[in-house]
Amino acid sequence: MPRSRPEPVQVVKQRRDAAMSALVHGVPYINFLGIEFERRGDELTAILPFDEKLIGNPLLPAIHGGVTAGFLETTAVIGLAWSGLWDDIESGRISMESLTEGHLPRLPKTIDFTVDYLRSGLPRDAYARARVNRSGRRYASVHVEAWQDQRNVLFAQATGHFLMPVKDD
Amino acid sequence: MDPDKAKMAEHFINAIPHCKALNMRLTDIGAGKAEMELPYDANIVGDPETGVLHGGAVSALMDTCCGAAAMCHPSSPSGTATIDLRIDYMRAATPGQNIRTKAECYNITRSVAFVRATAFDDDESRPVATATGAFTVQRK
Repeated sequence: MPRSRPEPVQVVKQRRDAAMSALVHGVPYINFLGIEFERRGDELTAILPFDEKLIGNPLLPAIHGGVTAGFLETTAVIGLAWSGLWDDIESGRISMESLTEGHLPRLPKTIDFTVDYLRSGLPRDAYARARVNRSGRRYASVHVEAWQDQRNVLFAQATGHFLMPVKDD
Repeated sequence: MDPDKAKMAEHFINAIPHCKALNMRLTDIGAGKAEMELPYDANIVGDPETGVLHGGAVSALMDTCCGAAAMCHPSSPSGTATIDLRIDYMRAATPGQNIRTKAECYNITRSVAFVRATAFDDDESRPVATATGAFTVQRK
């Protein structure tokens, strides 16, 4: 059976990046912390560029535990929303026009979130990736890992449970 | 509580850059107890459609307040760091309202302080979130 001709790479990338950008930049708190997401295929890495206002202990100095929690929670929520949206973005069911006009899909709601502080967050950029361990129709469980200079030296990890948005269709 | 220690804790919290960026205030502090407030601000909204504050801002408030409660416990020598913190979100905070939190260090050993906290908006009968955490106790 002849397969249909694949879409040009720039069309695919533009659609995915527009969806990602709309999802992330529509949330004021994410912009307040300065979190950005880098995308490779469907894999996301959250980046928290260091800033003075993120400091929680000026003597060390170290990143505030609340910032670490907020960074990890954001990574979990966006990661979970992204994995749920992927098929809709790929099939074009979610149009780029509606996304760029600010019609954001509903985000999952946090039920609980537990952060494990492994070492103090240094005054430099931090990175995080989420893994969706289970995503059902109503509930989801997500694990997040965060590191700074070395990928295998985590400074924090977290597990959270989320309530999934009700699907319209 | 020793007024010098209370003054020191207040001074310490007011010097935290992230707390300043969120305009957090320490409203009360006593032996192993602390109360703080986070003013509503459109910049820290997590859901732009409803205007509900982001969980991360609530985490920062509760983490700071729990740390303050651990630090001002009579058996605590001084500084502290979070070992782990769990937050349960009971309901969305009402948009436009400030968030207040009360933390209590209910047990302390030579190495660990156990703390719990509750967060409210204007309706004190229905908590917005609760937190439980373990904090380090610095050696003298």
